[in-house]
Amino acid sequence: MKQEFTLSIYSENHVGLLNQVTTVFTRRHINIESLTTSESAIPGIHKFTIVVFTSREQVNKLLLQIEKRIDVIKAYVFTADEIVHQEVALYKVKTEALLNGNEIERLVRQYGARILEVTKEYTIIEKTGHKRETQELFDKLDHFGVQQFVRSGRIAVTKLKDELLSNYLKKLEKEKSLLD
Amino acid sequence: MLAASSFEKMETQTQTTMEAKETTRKRMSGSEALMQSLLHEGVDLLFGYPGGAIMPVYDALYHYQDKLNHILTRHEQGAVHAAQGYARVTGKVGVCFVTSGPGATNAVTGIADAMVDSTPLVVISGQVGSALLGTDAFQETDVVGITQPITKWNYQVKRPEEIPEAIAKAFYIARSGRPGPVLIDITKDAQFAQFDFEYKPTKKVRSYTPKTAVDKDKVAEAVRLINLAKKPMALVGQGVVLGGAESELMEFLTKTGIPAAWTLLGLSAMPSDFEQNVGMLGMHGHYGPNVKTNEADLIIAIGMRFDDRVTGNVQKYATNAKVVHLEIDPAEINKIIYADVPVLGDVKESLPMITSMVSDNQHEEWLAEFKACDKIEEQKIIQPELHPVKEGLTMGEVVRRVTEKYDDDAIVVTDVGQHQMIANRYFKFKQTRSVVTSGGLGTMGFGLPAALGAKLGQPHRPVCLFVGDGGFQMTIQELGTIFQTQADVKIILLNNNFLGMVRQWQELFFDRRYASTELVNPDFQTIARGYGIAGEKVSDREDMDAAVERMAQHKGAYLLEVVVEKEGNVFPMVPAGASVSDIRLE
Ligand SMILES: Cc1ncc(C[n+]2csc(CCOP(=O)(O)OP(=O)(O)O)c2C)c(N)n1
Repeated sequence: MKQEFTLSIYSENHVGLLNQVTTVFTRRHINIESLTTSESAIPGIHKFTIVVFTSREQVNKLLLQIEKRIDVIKAYVFTADEIVHQEVALYKVKTEALLNGNEIERLVRQYGARILEVTKEYTIIEKTGHKRETQELFDKLDHFGVQQFVRSGRIAVTKLKDELLSNYLKKLEKEKSLLD
Repeated sequence: MLAASSFEKMETQTQTTMEAKETTRKRMSGSEALMQSLLHEGVDLLFGYPGGAIMPVYDALYHYQDKLNHILTRHEQGAVHAAQGYARVTGKVGVCFVTSGPGATNAVTGIADAMVDSTPLVVISGQVGSALLGTDAFQETDVVGITQPITKWNYQVKRPEEIPEAIAKAFYIARSGRPGPVLIDITKDAQFAQFDFEYKPTKKVRSYTPKTAVDKDKVAEAVRLINLAKKPMALVGQGVVLGGAESELMEFLTKTGIPAAWTLLGLSAMPSDFEQNVGMLGMHGHYGPNVKTNEADLIIAIGMRFDDRVTGNVQKYATNAKVVHLEIDPAEINKIIYADVPVLGDVKESLPMITSMVSDNQHEEWLAEFKACDKIEEQKIIQPELHPVKEGLTMGEVVRRVTEKYDDDAIVVTDVGQHQMIANRYFKFKQTRSVVTSGGLGTMGFGLPAALGAKLGQPHRPVCLFVGDGGFQMTIQELGTIFQTQADVKIILLNNNFLGMVRQWQELFFDRRYASTELVNPDFQTIARGYGIAGEKVSDREDMDAAVERMAQHKGAYLLEVVVEKEGNVFPMVPAGASVSDIRLE
C-alpha cells in the first residue's frame, strides 16, 4: 500500500550531494513530492527533508540506498504522525480585489494567514500549514484571481526529545573509539 | 569538505603521535604530492593515458619511474579494465591516470564495470584549471557529475593541499567495506601549485561505516535454522573472495556438509573438485544448483547479491526455502530476496562465528540429489560439448584442453558472450582469485586489457584469456600494450564469426532472424603479427593438442585462434523471465 513518507537525511555539507540524493529516487522512478535542504542543528551537517508517496517496503530500500552514499551520515523515515511538519505558501493578489469587499480579509483571518506586503498594485499573503490547507486557501483566493503562487517544500521535526542524529553520532563515536 | 571537522579531530592522542611519525612536511607540487601519496598507499604499478589536463602529473611521474611502473595502454577503457584485472587477482587497489574530457569519458565503462562488480579502483582524472570550471573550456567535462552514480565515491580537488587527504580517503573507501571504484578529479592548477606535503592515512570517515559488527543474535538464529534444515544450500558469492574468507568458508562447509554453489563472481572461492561444490548458479549455470534452489528448505547466501542472472524470476525463486543472508552491504539485504535472517558484516567474521556454533552434520542424500542432476547434465550437455560427434570444434573442448594443460591452476580471464559462459563452466580452479570476468555489467572488450592487468598482478601464474571475435575487436588495440610490456598473456580467441551470444538469443527467441550478428572478420593472425605477437589458427580437432602445447611452451604472449562451430549454443539456460527450476537442457 502506498502512503506518504517524510525522509530526514543528514549529510556532510558538500557540493553535489543534492544530486547524489535525488538520483536515488529518479533512478527508480519515484517522484519527489517535495524537497527542502538546510543546515541542521548540528554544525557542519546538512539536512534534507524529502516527501515521497510510496510503499513501506520501497521506502526502506530507498533509505539504505541513500545511506550507502559515502557522504550521507544517516537517513530516517517518518510517517505523518511521528513528525510536526509545515509548508509555507505565498499568494499574490491584486490590491484592487482586496478593496472591492472584505471577503479576502475574511479568508486571511479564517485561514490564519497574514498579509506581508501591500502596494498600490498588489498584496502578498503568506500562509503556513499543511499542503491541504495552503491549497484550500489558494482555491478560495483564486476566485479573486491569484497572480502568483508558490509553496515551499515540507520542513519537519520529529516528536522525539533529541535530534536523532545526535544520538547516532554519539554511538558512532563510541564504536569507532573502540575500534581504534 | 576535506578540512578536518571537529569530529575527526577527536582522535586518541596516541594515534596522532603515531601518524606524526609516519610523515614529514616537505614543499612540493600537487603532482609530486600525488606520487608521494600513491607510494604511501603501497602503489607500485598503475595504468593510464596522458593528455593536456594531466600533464603535470605525468611530468612528476617521470621522476618516479623507478618506484611507480606506469603502463601506457592504448585507450583509457583499456587502462581501467587492466587496473580491474590487476585488482581482481591481487586484492590490491587498481590505479589509473586519465586526462580530462575524452580521457575521462573513455574511462566511464570500466568504472561502471568496477562499481557493479565491487572492484577497488582509484581513478585519477586531470581537469581543466579551476578558473575555467563551468566555462565549457577545451576538454572540460563534468566528470564528477558523470561518474557520481558509478563510483563508490568521487571528489574534485581544486587546491594542492587537498591532494594527500583526498588520496588517503580514496584508497580507504575503495578497499574497505564493499570495495568499489573511487574517482579523484584534480584541476590543473592544483597539480602545478606548491604546498607543504604531509601524509596521513585515513582511518575513518564520519559518514561512512565500512562494515557493521556482526550481531550475535542473528548468528544464533542462523545457526538454529542451519541445524534444523534438511535441505540446506549455500550460495557462494564474490564477498567470500573480497573478504579473504575462503578458508573460513571451507571450514563452515566441511563441518556442516552443506552443498555449495557459486555465482559467476564466486568462482574459485573454493576448489572446483571439492566434494560439496555443486557448480554454478544462474542463467548458464549448472542444472543441479538451479533446480535444487526450489527444493532447498534453507538458502545460506554468503557474500552474494541475488543478481537477476542468478535468480531468474524472483517470484518463483527459492520457493520452499528460508533465507539466511550473510552480507557486508546493508543495501543488499531484502533488496531482491527477503532474508529471514540477515547477518550483516564481513563474512570473514560471521562465518567462523556460525561454524563454531553449528552442529557437525552431513547431507549425503541431499548432496546425492545434486549428483543425480549432474549425471543428467553430464549426459545431455557436458559429454556432447566435450566429446562432440560433429566435425566442428566446440568452445567447451577447447576450454577443457587449456585448463588441463595448466593442471587446472591457471588464471582465466574472459570477455563477454558465449565463450565467457563456456570458459567459466568448463575451466577448473585450484586456488582463489583465479577468475577475472565482467559479471554485473557484461562489458565486451573487458577481456584483453583485464588479462594484461591480471598478468602484471600475478606474473608467476599463467593467464589464459578466452575471448570472442566480437569482443576482441572492441579493445584489440591493447595488443599494442601487451607487445610493449611483453606480458605473457595467452589469448585463446574462440572465433565463430558471430556475435555468438546475441545470435543464440536470436535463434531461440527471435525465430533465427540474425539481424547484424554475423561478422566478416579480419585476418587475426596478421594483426597479431603486426603487433609482434606469435600465434596460430586451428580449425581441426586433431591439431588442438599440439597447438595448446605450442602456446604453453611459447615464452610470451600468444594468440591461439580456434575456429569453432558457427552456431553452437550455451546450455543449460534459464530463459529470461523463467524460474530457475525451469532451466532448459536443450
Ligand atoms: C559493450 C557491449 N556491447 C554489446 C553487448 C551485448 N552482447 C553481449 S554478448 C554479445 C556477443 C559477443 O560476441 P563475441 O564477442 O563474438 O563472443 P561469443 O558470444 O561469440 O562467444 C553482445 C553483442 C555487450 N555485452 N557489451
